Amino acid sequence: MHDDPATVVLQQVLLEELAKVYGFGSTLADLQKLSGGASRETWSFDVSTPEGETVPLILKRDPVIVEPDGSISTEESRLGVTRATEGRLMELAGGAGVPVPDVAFYLSEDERTTEGFVMQRLQGEALGLRILREDAYADARLKLAFQCGHAAARLHGMQQTALPELQSLDVAEELAYHHELMSSVDHPYPGFEYGFRWLEERLELAGDAHTLVHGDFRNGNFLVGPDGLRGVLDWEIAHLGNPLNDLGWICVRSWRYGYLKKPVGGFGEIAELQAGYEAGGGGWVSEEAIRYWEVFGTLRWGMLCINMTFTHINGSHTSLEKAVIGRRTAETEYDLLQLID
Amino acid sequence: MPTDRPTAAELVSAVKQHLQDNVVPVMEGQPAFHLRVAINALAIVERTMADGETMNRAELERLRVLLGEDGNLIDLNRRLSAQIEAGEMGEQKDTLLTHLRRTALDKLQLANPRYLIPRD
Repeated sequence: MHDDPATVVLQQVLLEELAKVYGFGSTLADLQKLSGGASRETWSFDVSTPEGETVPLILKRDPVIVEPDGSISTEESRLGVTRATEGRLMELAGGAGVPVPDVAFYLSEDERTTEGFVMQRLQGEALGLRILREDAYADARLKLAFQCGHAAARLHGMQQTALPELQSLDVAEELAYHHELMSSVDHPYPGFEYGFRWLEERLELAGDAHTLVHGDFRNGNFLVGPDGLRGVLDWEIAHLGNPLNDLGWICVRSWRYGYLKKPVGGFGEIAELQAGYEAGGGGWVSEEAIRYWEVFGTLRWGMLCINMTFTHINGSHTSLEKAVIGRRTAETEYDLLQLID
Repeated sequence: MPTDRPTAAELVSAVKQHLQDNVVPVMEGQPAFHLRVAINALAIVERTMADGETMNRAELERLRVLLGEDGNLIDLNRRLSAQIEAGEMGEQKDTLLTHLRRTALDKLQLANPRYLIPRD
């Protein structure tokens, strides 16, 4: 077992919850912190139930920062929903026919842990580059764009009255939000300024539907098996807004991991995405609208990079990872200016 | 400049090389991931020390021509941003876009030149 105090505390917290959910005498094995992720902690573990069943699980929780006095705190995030809301959205999405892991139970924030939720650990690959490169996913790649379109349509069709409270932004408000974010940092970005103008002058291309938006619907947040899409992960910036946001975001060049000939996630064609979306009940969406939202998404990724840069520079907790992601701003500015005229 | 060899750039290269050759092989898990991120950051510093000044001079010259004004890089970029936001660059659109694309390419050459090479 690990000697690391954070792991020991978490193990105790989980054991108490497991007794409630799976019965007294449940045991826990292979608790491991998974690498990657600039803003959340994910842990993998197995439960053995008193009935002798093994359940593979994943915990996702807000990052635990241990202060000098021994108390724990969370970094203030400007974007996104709480872990409780994220878990609830995944439960509802599963009911609406979106492939997602089942949520097993929740952790509330107390003096020992930050807020989190525990979900089923599905088998599959989430690393975007592996999905694009490995032979095991060759068949999956042929279906993925259609399946992603289908899943997007299912989540966009979710009953809004049943959803937890979410931030709601139309396209003009979302542009203004990101512009404000850029203006709030003390650094000029004329390339992005040009992108904002381009998008503002073409607002009529954006469409006016208003639904649940996943917010980070891209290669890298899809769990994929040899048979195709198994889970849509990372619902942390879900909000209400224009659904085409998700269809443009999946086309943003950064999420193609160098496989530039396939506009959808590096694995598929726009026509497949459109067909899947229509089959999932989302109606037909024009390529022009998807391209508008690809430009929007490229600019939005730039704003997220700028946000991370200045969280690192001005924040109370510096982070090497955030600092280096900050320089990915250049990738997004380059892509943006290639896409627009 | 009052320094001996190795230069600052040579020191950065030496640190990067040391981490790569002697530290990477003995690390695993999350510390290994963060080490690769750190080496990446040093590579950005290396490239900036080699080419940054030349790029800055060229950008400054383009900005002077575009705006018809003098100033430092930050000030001229602030002015350009304000003029774009106000919609005042319409007549020079082609020159402006060429400049913005060139500047973005230079930034990317420093931050991550591998991004420019497709895999397919």
